[in-house]
Amino acid sequence: MVTYIIRRLIGALLMLAVVSMVTFSIFFVVPRLAGVTATDFANRYVGRAATQETVVEVAKKLGLNDPVVVQYGRWVKGIFVGSEFDYGSGVEHCPAPCFGYSFVTKKPVWPDLLDRLPVTLSLAVGASIIWLLAGVAVGVLSALKRGSLFDRGAMIVALSGVSLPPFFTGLIALSLFSYGLRITAPGGAYTPFSENPAEWAYNLILPWLTLAFLNAAAYARLTRAGMLETMGEDYIRTARAKGLKESTVITKHGLRAALTPIVTIFGLDVGILLGGAILTENVFSLPGLGKYATGAIAAQDLPKIMGFTMLAAFFIVMANLIVDLLYAVVDPRVRLA
Amino acid sequence: MTAPLDVSSEETKATPEAVVSGLGGAKAIQGRSLGQIAWMRLKQDKVALAGAGVVIFLVLVAIFAPVIVGWFGHPPNEFHQEMIDTMTMRPKGGSGISSEFLFGVEPQNGRDLFSRVVYGARISLLIAFFATMLSVLIGTVMGIVAGYFGGWVDAVISRLMDIFLAFPILVFALALVGVLGQFEMQLGVQGDTLRILLLIFVIGFFNWGYIARIIRGQTLSLREREFVDAARSLGARGPYILFREILPNLIAPILIYATLLVPANVLFEAALSFLGVGIQPPTATWGAMLSAATKYYTVPHFMIFPGMAIFITVLAFNLFGDGLRDALDPKSNR
Repeated sequence: MVTYIIRRLIGALLMLAVVSMVTFSIFFVVPRLAGVTATDFANRYVGRAATQETVVEVAKKLGLNDPVVVQYGRWVKGIFVGSEFDYGSGVEHCPAPCFGYSFVTKKPVWPDLLDRLPVTLSLAVGASIIWLLAGVAVGVLSALKRGSLFDRGAMIVALSGVSLPPFFTGLIALSLFSYGLRITAPGGAYTPFSENPAEWAYNLILPWLTLAFLNAAAYARLTRAGMLETMGEDYIRTARAKGLKESTVITKHGLRAALTPIVTIFGLDVGILLGGAILTENVFSLPGLGKYATGAIAAQDLPKIMGFTMLAAFFIVMANLIVDLLYAVVDPRVRLA
Repeated sequence: MTAPLDVSSEETKATPEAVVSGLGGAKAIQGRSLGQIAWMRLKQDKVALAGAGVVIFLVLVAIFAPVIVGWFGHPPNEFHQEMIDTMTMRPKGGSGISSEFLFGVEPQNGRDLFSRVVYGARISLLIAFFATMLSVLIGTVMGIVAGYFGGWVDAVISRLMDIFLAFPILVFALALVGVLGQFEMQLGVQGDTLRILLLIFVIGFFNWGYIARIIRGQTLSLREREFVDAARSLGARGPYILFREILPNLIAPILIYATLLVPANVLFEAALSFLGVGIQPPTATWGAMLSAATKYYTVPHFMIFPGMAIFITVLAFNLFGDGLRDALDPKSNR
């Protein structure tokens, strides 16, 4: 078990290193290859009104002409120990987790990201709980009542669910429940859980359901297939033969085995969850990280986008690590191997 | 094809389709190619055929968009302010649906929703098809090389696949399009052309992991087959075996996963357009139309038409893809 955890930890660290390189490349190397020069970058920092000399000066001060490896090193160093920025209007200090300095607000990006993190986390965690519970429950019921009206209905809904983008279902839900029936929040508001849990849930319930629907469908299909397979195994018959209650047979013997692949797929889907959260936040105007990122793109504020990308990637790697460890709990063969 | 099919020959002889041909009279049992067998199975699958029909319809709509709009609509970027209630900025009479505006008009500036949905099909399918081709190309080459050569080549490529599969694809695509889209002047191409190329590249580039993994798995089992040994013992070299012996046997999985990748890419393009990094306005895209609809969620027709366009397109491709998989590769159940 210990070696398994250590191996996974090393894997996660390597992945983070790769992700940071890719992120850095997207923002600094790829534009270079496409013919963007160092002064074009400096231009972004000082604003359009600056003279040519100041731009060249700033490009030098920010080290934009240095080799890529040096720039990457400086960027990584900034994340760990902080760094100094000089736009030509005096030196600015950017404290320890320095993910860059906004072009527009001229402030470090990190505090902004921290502010918006709870919104996105609330959305993603709540939605994934709903989608796992609903998906697995529907899948199990479908498998146990195979061929019934419920089974066929659920599978048709599941097939449609995979084909419906969250920014369409979200809009329909808003139009139906918030505008038509007036039973849910109209979107745009977020109350922290610590302030008022009821209001927190009221504002998030529609986004949760929207995001959950995206994947609950796929999980229902998967669980159904897995359950159908395991319930036909010999050990299920043995369990029944020794007189166990049917509910025990289903949950302890059937579901436990059928859940293993679901956990794996969930690990791979954390990226999809985050992508879905970005879309959902934009549908419901929730002030989370996704909304922050799209706002930054509209304002052409590269450091904000970069900070967001890095943070998002970090969470995905961490989530994958947690799922890997969970996997060892669910499936004993993994930790023994 | 001289090489054995993915569907092994003994099995095909046992299936009813192969026997049916003998019913014509004294004719002996004929061998069937993979294509013929697949077509026979596909003909039975009504759902898949319906999906294929819708796909063909959509492609025709996309190709002949100007003609269709010429008959039934107004130019997609033409304002019809006279259709808008100046107080609420909404279409007069709720949606403005009439024989002249089949899907009604947009709030605020009154553009013809029908022609915008029709033109949106062009962007959507164009990007989805070419991005799929790019993914399939990268995925096939990577998968076949990793599977055939094994060893450290396989280790490196497999790691790369894992990384691409675990990546927050939407996040990186968002970042990449956001970054590159800002340097229009330096890139030398501008406007829609730049955006279309960029989207094809980004979507195609981030999506090859899955297809590569499948091709790698298939190649691993194919390279152990006798016909590969035979080719090698006759003196064939790596590239010849890869492209003339193994590749033809991979056509089925490539076709299946390409068909299933198209709807995923349609959704991807719509998502990027929805987030504002796709093709820029005023060019019509389904995602951007839904993005505009977020401000008018009290005007249902504005979201329903582009949304249903996405839904129908994706569903049709998914149904056709599932049918194609059942027809070409009946052993797989996933």
